Amino acid sequence: MTLKTILGALALSAGAAHADPALIFDLGGKFDKSFNEAAYAGAARWATETGGTYRELEMQSEAQREQALRRLAQSGSNPIVMTGFAFSDVLTQVAPDFPDTKFVIIDSVVEGPNIRSVVFSEQEGSYLAGIMAAMASKSDTLGFIGGMDIPLIRKFGCGYAQGVLATKPDAKVLVSWTGSTPAAWNDPVRGGELTRAQISQGADVIYAAAGGTGIGILQTAADENILSIGVDSNQNHLHPGQVLTSMVKRVDNAVFDAFTQGDAVEPGTVVLGLADGGVSVAVDEANQALVTPEMTAAVEAATAQIASGEVSVHDYMSDDTCPVPGF
Amino acid sequence: MDYATLLQLLDSTVRLATPLLLACLAGLFSERAGVFDIGLEGKMLIAAMTSGAVAAISGSVWIGLAAGIGASLVWALMHGIASITFRGNQLISGVALNFLASGITVLVAQAAFGQGGRTPPLSGNARFGAITLPFAEALRDVPILGPLYFEVISGHPLLVYVAALCVPLTWWVLFRTRFGLRLRAVGENPAAVDTAGVSVTRLRFAAVLIAGVLCGIAGAYMATALQAGFGREMTAGRGYIALAALIFAKWKPWAALYATLLFGFFQALALRPDVVTRVTTLDIPVPALEALPYVLTVLVLAGFVGKAIPPRAGGEPYVKER
Repeated sequence: MTLKTILGALALSAGAAHADPALIFDLGGKFDKSFNEAAYAGAARWATETGGTYRELEMQSEAQREQALRRLAQSGSNPIVMTGFAFSDVLTQVAPDFPDTKFVIIDSVVEGPNIRSVVFSEQEGSYLAGIMAAMASKSDTLGFIGGMDIPLIRKFGCGYAQGVLATKPDAKVLVSWTGSTPAAWNDPVRGGELTRAQISQGADVIYAAAGGTGIGILQTAADENILSIGVDSNQNHLHPGQVLTSMVKRVDNAVFDAFTQGDAVEPGTVVLGLADGGVSVAVDEANQALVTPEMTAAVEAATAQIASGEVSVHDYMSDDTCPVPGF
Repeated sequence: MDYATLLQLLDSTVRLATPLLLACLAGLFSERAGVFDIGLEGKMLIAAMTSGAVAAISGSVWIGLAAGIGASLVWALMHGIASITFRGNQLISGVALNFLASGITVLVAQAAFGQGGRTPPLSGNARFGAITLPFAEALRDVPILGPLYFEVISGHPLLVYVAALCVPLTWWVLFRTRFGLRLRAVGENPAAVDTAGVSVTRLRFAAVLIAGVLCGIAGAYMATALQAGFGREMTAGRGYIALAALIFAKWKPWAALYATLLFGFFQALALRPDVVTRVTTLDIPVPALEALPYVLTVLVLAGFVGKAIPPRAGGEPYVKER
């Protein structure tokens, strides 16, 4: 188990009054170029800005979850931030045993007097990605490749499909899943083959919501000269000029906020959406050339419509259904 | 199902079957000589990481391939020393080497590149590009066979053709050379070979090292041809599927080709559930398609489809004198 304390640059100035916060990365690892890496970026930003120190822990197996949580809580870390829905069950059991410790879970809702749940409106960000994809597509066939087939990822796909169909009602959305076990997050070869399969069915923009498998999807899309859409972190730079955009989830902000508030973290559920910058579509120098002024205008219009409530993007997880068939 | 979809499925089959075929032939050499090799997976993994890393640093895919084969050979040598020289349990040695590869690949890649246990993306000369076979463009318009040649047979990276050539080569070595005869004998009755004055140890080491070379090519194929870089656990159990294919093929080279193509076809089919649904008009779940290779292997082992008889001395370390 990698349990190490990272010392900030100004560790000397830190007082002993506050306990250090802690961050637990889910399976997939700290440097997954995606979800966990975004969490790490938030913690690193907090450490440089405040000079504080924090503890971090990378999960190596399912069996470690409870042990890891308990150990951090016993050693006095506060608050303890964990990334990933997979912590839900364990947290429900552990949190009542440590009433004075604050827990923050990202990507799942767990009830408790000392728990803050942070979830994102991925359907809204994916909706914008869908609009851009539909406008960039020439074949009017769009692809979505999910990692493990779970409601959370269906939420991404459902929002994306709604965005596509809102822009081009006759477009076709192909849906593939890498698998139904956690191994589905780490099979780039399979991701690449799924990409080729979708290309052969006419897809020319593919949205990859598949963790480490996404690396293979983006690679094959670039090899075959079609566009892809990254997820969670900004993945535009992986293949400059060939990744249309990335649906960025500001996990880093969630971690940064929790660390900044320290043990005064408010319990309850926080939903971060388009309006508060929790999700967005990334535009930077790597994809500038691909994003037309029309796309920017359409995305801005949709953002305003969603913020005002004029358009509401259906959330798959609210009732486990999607208005678009295929999910 | 239209012809174009079938061609796409077959094209995918060839790409997916190649690492299985190489690993299956590796297992065939090793097991025909009486050394069970459950460590195919680990050897492919270490070769994938090394070839990806070295190709990224050197910018040459050939140096990467050589390094991948080298790393796989080190693993093969460790397996040989543990199970031949020291007469350890072959299965345990293989499992241990798999775990070692699983951990050390991520550790080394992370230490070297700091990209979460991945190696940097490869491009240009650091990667095997697709090869268009002669006349593929010209024959493309020939009905039926033209597209088959262009889509399925042509247009793969070089290592795919190397893997295909390994099949007749393996057959020739095993069944038409003196070395092959002795190698097979050592897997059936090592005492007889020893009595004839041929070194059992040397033959078994040769077989294990050949397996190392083949696994090295398989790993390099995945990291530098199929994908552009190593990712953690990227072999995703293909070494075990190859073992299943080996049993299905009853330890024969040509049958190994057919078995791995069949298993590759199932994997390709699992990527296109829409095609399966259209053809069968049944909604077959994807995991059921993925499980097909294993189901078939169990059927073979249970004796429903012919009889699979492993080499008689397989799994037993050879002890000269008691």
